[in-house]
Amino acid sequence: MIRRIFVAGLLLLTVALSAQAQDRTIQDVLQEHSDAIIKSSRKTIGPAIDAVANSALPEAQDVLQAWQSKDMWVREEDGLFFKAEKLDSKTYALTDFVTGEPAGEVAKDEIDQIKPNSGIRAMLGAALVQFQLNDPDPSLRRDALLAIQRDGEESHLAPLRASIANESDPEIKELKEVTERLLTISFDEDEAARVAAIEGFRGSLSLDTRAALNPIVTTEVVYAEELSANANVKRILRAGSRDLSVDEAYDLMVEAGAVTPQPSVSERKAALESNIVDGSVGGVSVEDLNTQEARDRAYAALADAGLVPAFDPDFDKASVVTGVQFAEVYSEPSAAVASAAEETLKSISRTVGLNQFFDLSLDGLSLASIYFLAAIGLAITFGVMGVINMAHGEFIMMGAYTGYVIQQIIPDYTVSIIVAIPMAFAVTFAAGVAMERLIIRWLYNRPLETLLATFGVSIALQQLAKNIFGTQARPLTSPGWLDGALQFNDVVAISYIRIAIFVLALIFLGIFLFIMKKTRLGLETRAVTQNPRMAASMGINPDKVNMLTFGLGSGIAGIAGVAIGLYAKVTSELGADYIVQSFMTVVVGGVGNIWGTLLGATMIGFLQKGIEWFNPSNTLAAQTYMIIFIIIFIQFRPKGIIALKGRAAGD
Amino acid sequence: MEVKTQFKATLASALFATTAMASSAMAADCPIKVGVLHSLSGTMAISETTLKDTMLMLVEQQNAKGGVLGCELEAVVVDPASDWPLFAEKARELLTVHEVDVMFGNWTSVSRKSVLPVIEELNGLLFYPVQYEGEESSKNVFYTGAAPNQQAIPATDYFLDELGVEKFALLGTDYVYPRTTNNILESYLKDKGIAEEDIFVNYTPFGHSDWSKIVADVVALGADGKKVGVISTINGDANIGFYKELAAAGISADDIPVVAFSVGEEELSGLDTTNLVGHLAAWNYFMSADTEANAEFISAWHEFIGDEARVTNDPMEAHYIGFNMWVNAVTEAETTDVDAVRAAMWGQEFPNLTGGTAVMGVNHHLAKPVLIGEILEDGQFDIISETDPVPGDAWTDFLPESAVLVSDWKDLECGMYNTETETCVQIGSNY
Amino acid sequence: MDFIRKNPSLPVFIAGLAIFTLVVTFMSEAYGAGALSTSFVKTLGKTLCLALVAIAMDLVWGYTGILSLGHFAFFGLGGYMIGMWLMYARTKLIVVESMASAALPPTPSEISDAIGTQIFGVVGSSEFPLVWMFAHSFWAQIALVVIVPGILALVFGWLAFRSRVTGVYLSILTQAMTLALSLYLFQNDSGLRGNNGLSGLQNLPGADGISQDYISIWFFWASAFALLITYLIAAFVVSGKFGSVIRGIRDDEARVRFLGYSVEGFKLFVFAMTAVMAAIGGALYYPQAGIINPAEIAPIASIYLAVWVAIGGRGRIYGAVIGAAFVSLVSTYFTGGQAPDIPLGFYTIKWVDWWLVLLGLSFVLVTLFAPKGIGGLFDLITHRMSPKRGGAPLGPDDGSLREQEAEK
Repeated sequence: MIRRIFVAGLLLLTVALSAQAQDRTIQDVLQEHSDAIIKSSRKTIGPAIDAVANSALPEAQDVLQAWQSKDMWVREEDGLFFKAEKLDSKTYALTDFVTGEPAGEVAKDEIDQIKPNSGIRAMLGAALVQFQLNDPDPSLRRDALLAIQRDGEESHLAPLRASIANESDPEIKELKEVTERLLTISFDEDEAARVAAIEGFRGSLSLDTRAALNPIVTTEVVYAEELSANANVKRILRAGSRDLSVDEAYDLMVEAGAVTPQPSVSERKAALESNIVDGSVGGVSVEDLNTQEARDRAYAALADAGLVPAFDPDFDKASVVTGVQFAEVYSEPSAAVASAAEETLKSISRTVGLNQFFDLSLDGLSLASIYFLAAIGLAITFGVMGVINMAHGEFIMMGAYTGYVIQQIIPDYTVSIIVAIPMAFAVTFAAGVAMERLIIRWLYNRPLETLLATFGVSIALQQLAKNIFGTQARPLTSPGWLDGALQFNDVVAISYIRIAIFVLALIFLGIFLFIMKKTRLGLETRAVTQNPRMAASMGINPDKVNMLTFGLGSGIAGIAGVAIGLYAKVTSELGADYIVQSFMTVVVGGVGNIWGTLLGATMIGFLQKGIEWFNPSNTLAAQTYMIIFIIIFIQFRPKGIIALKGRAAGD
Repeated sequence: MEVKTQFKATLASALFATTAMASSAMAADCPIKVGVLHSLSGTMAISETTLKDTMLMLVEQQNAKGGVLGCELEAVVVDPASDWPLFAEKARELLTVHEVDVMFGNWTSVSRKSVLPVIEELNGLLFYPVQYEGEESSKNVFYTGAAPNQQAIPATDYFLDELGVEKFALLGTDYVYPRTTNNILESYLKDKGIAEEDIFVNYTPFGHSDWSKIVADVVALGADGKKVGVISTINGDANIGFYKELAAAGISADDIPVVAFSVGEEELSGLDTTNLVGHLAAWNYFMSADTEANAEFISAWHEFIGDEARVTNDPMEAHYIGFNMWVNAVTEAETTDVDAVRAAMWGQEFPNLTGGTAVMGVNHHLAKPVLIGEILEDGQFDIISETDPVPGDAWTDFLPESAVLVSDWKDLECGMYNTETETCVQIGSNY
Repeated sequence: MDFIRKNPSLPVFIAGLAIFTLVVTFMSEAYGAGALSTSFVKTLGKTLCLALVAIAMDLVWGYTGILSLGHFAFFGLGGYMIGMWLMYARTKLIVVESMASAALPPTPSEISDAIGTQIFGVVGSSEFPLVWMFAHSFWAQIALVVIVPGILALVFGWLAFRSRVTGVYLSILTQAMTLALSLYLFQNDSGLRGNNGLSGLQNLPGADGISQDYISIWFFWASAFALLITYLIAAFVVSGKFGSVIRGIRDDEARVRFLGYSVEGFKLFVFAMTAVMAAIGGALYYPQAGIINPAEIAPIASIYLAVWVAIGGRGRIYGAVIGAAFVSLVSTYFTGGQAPDIPLGFYTIKWVDWWLVLLGLSFVLVTLFAPKGIGGLFDLITHRMSPKRGGAPLGPDDGSLREQEAEK
């Protein structure tokens, strides 16, 4: 009650003040706080923003908005603030805040920009809420709600509630209602209203809900002997239990001053050093103090002499903390609110867990599709033809650079991607055919040597790419419609670019299957793979088949390059990052079988995400353990998940 | 040249087999040779080639002004090929075969650690231009990049004070700079009252590209209602995938700000920044700095490299300051003798490109202002905060073991001096 | 004498190595005219170590037909093992010296803590991980140089050969092994200073007063001696009955198995023995290089190793030596910036930029047109001709020699 009267009084005072300063312009208000505004630090800006917001001048909103969007400038000669608009790189047009009239054009070096940092911009946003909640522009209303969600204040509650009734846009209205409930949870004074609002959020996945609820249930473990009577105790703890170790309990007691701590090793050492008398301490000569045991003896002698605090080498913390009560206490004073929040959070956490698992699966699937896309070309050249192409990674890189070059020529991102995909295929197809003709066909009966020759090609191509495109990463930008992510809720989301890669992987699986099973080339490829001599005597030209198959595998690598470049980066080392992983994918899956490659990629993708989940702070460990797993896996299934049987297996 | 080496070697082995011979390079030797030890191939070429070009430009400019001590400067460029042992070999080659008077080079910490024993043995002189993890002060190295207290700590303060961040995600590439920096930051944040469970740390390999899980983890940190901020020590190419994923996840800088210590103009030129506007970087230099010296430097750079699109960055400014300080020190000392130049370097001043003056301390670190910039749509940075010059601190105050250490080569003649026991722990460096 | 008759290259090699060592010694800064700089002596010493590991590679690939793409893992492990002792011992000297002036004499645990802080301070830790348990003892670490890679090779080889993983699969698997090891070492948690690795290895503990000019020559001698011993062992192994069996395995594994030999046992022995050889090479190499870090054992290093052997000529021991020495020295020359640029008028070829392209293409050309490698040139001198086999390979296995490579 007293508080209400105080607030009312304060309001009156403000009104009175503003009435008194009727002829005060917004420029005067700004000038009063000129130093703080120019200094632009969140720690000192508060009064300035409040002064403008509470000035009750009609220009306040305009000033705050200009300030927030970095359009407020200060003129150097007289320190007046203006809204400035850039005309060209040297000149700016000024607008007077008070009159709204143009105030001339000035050179850039005559004015300084006020640059509020994002912390100040958030404060400006919060201050703007009262003006913007009922603004006719729906996007400003949304801004206001966003500002509340980021930095909700108690003062927002009343204007927000008042604005709900007049809201015409049903979507914004719903948003306002949700925001109102969130504010109620944090700031309302009525316990019942808070509990009701909390219970309304059962099972909600929204991050904001959890952000509002979690602070209510934060607890602190305290030494219970000095607990105040009205503390909201969650539970009583005993030292040595799972939730409170003996050491933690002891530290709490030391902190509370309930026990005097034993002197630590370094404190004892310092005490010894300060008590050296004639080359000996406590009767032990200094040269002998090179073991802990001797030092303890010397310290005990000092303690006996009363020179230092006593130290008990057999001291046991457990004996001190046993039987002492500790309590876990809510920071929230209201027990009803805390228990409602606990209940609601419990219901939420189950759904969140489920959704996190779903999100992780999506990530795994996405990674699998990237590995699959990178490996599918290799599955053809390595799996079907038995040729080890170490330059496969560089074909991926060539595809990515093709995409980059096309984007330099065609500025429209959508069109350029549509052109880039077939172009990348064409370029790498040609490169693949050239390599097959020039190098690989001479080495068909020397598989291990193809490895070396193609490795040579690989390092040459990598260096060539560096010589041509430079060493910097090049941008390959996805079209606007692939920006952003598909948000199922606040937990589950996947970016569109990853979905696109997934779809691309599926398409290539389809194309591959179609070519292999339904076309003449596929039939001939399978025949040549199984028995080249027999195939040749059936009228198939193995040379031509090999050439086309190799080209196909390389071409697909090129397309994979475009996809990988879109979601990651385009550098000359792009391919090298994927080559080992791709080999593993093919080998784990089983050579010579596209389904095997698919399974291999899926297994590696999910496995990696799974290990990452266990050890979220160390992605490197996930990769290490995955490879070790693969090594062990191959010991037990040397021919991969799907092993070819019979003659096709080749042995 | 062979005859000279031969003569000197006999002399050296006859007189003192133990001491180094590089110190005998006197002013009389014309031309004065400047060694450039930057990788031109391999993974680090992406960053280091630019610095090699910067050095060539600076040498050319100095020659146009008449060289130093009446001598032409000659740049000796070698390629350590991003191969760390090769750095040591090339450094030895520069010092003993080419007999350079000074070296400018290295990017990664591990390459610097590889070179340290060689230059300390041969009493060479190295200017190291990159922000690094500190915990080092070699007699023979001048660190013109930022120490943690000149980049990481001010940026964290900015997060705490200006943005009100209460929960931190420290994301880094798994190598020594992020590891040590994050270690320092963790203990700094705990000092500032941030609880241990409010600090999330993650390390990823070099060139990491699959960021979806990590970005999702960071978003999930916001679930307990505290403002989350990301401090990124992610290196090089990996940033591109990281920022692309951030943009795709729709994380605006107002929700979860990211401050990066290894992302500059050069890295941003590899991606489209429209979705990254407002995220931050902390450096001692931004290309957008509005001063005359900077405009001049940029136009000279564009003219030298023949490409208007090329950007300038912080390590380039570090070389600019380091090189000019060295030239002034040599002029003052009237010799290129390493010990004389070192003595002349202490207290050496040179104007920054961003305004103000950089001062070389007796701990071989520069005092420079710290700048924080917000990413703009055109891939440049909008400088929103600039501190007073901060003297670089070789040994951080926020780790208990190094808080007691100081470096002072002038009076204490020690780079690792324990103030508690008042002894010099060692003259050489840890490597 | 029978041994030498079977290995006619042996006396030539020994004489060559001895002359080379003497020439280098008398041209070094430390013991001679000083025409060779210390950094070049170090390069030569390291090249000898690379030649040593190339011999190991040749035994396992050229003679046994196992294309291992993981032998640099063993090489690196050897370096790590010796590096641990070098770092520990050197740091201990510094620590003890700096602690000597403290008020109280240090306790053993204080010394060990201080060493830990010095070594691991760089990576933000100060505790000694378990793997450093024996680092204080020179002899224990020397033993570990052999034991750790040996056991790794035994376990890995036993698993792989037992399940009959052969050919390309084995190559990929060995590559995975070295990748996993390097990723593991990259982690700070592995206790070997992560990416920073172990550095300052060229400074021998207690040898502060001795110039690197001398130390480089000593290591050069040690490397030459180790190379000689390895060469002798390799020559001995391949010239006897054992050599015949492993060549049989290379050319047709199944037949050797049918003849009653334990193919797996032979392969395992060769694999583990060469791993130990590689480790010794590494233990000599890294004190000369000065630093070892996980990037050294990345898969690409082992691929280069295979390339050296291929270029030198596999299936002959001196081929491996020549290949390793030739490629690594030429590499040093071109990346050193000394090679003159070639102006073409419209474009200037800078070797720093184009050297790798040239190297890559020469791999291709050697594989295609000179499968015998550089070693094949000696056949021209000695007029050794390949038998005419009408295009039939010597054996069906992936690793077997082809017609052009076969010796009489």
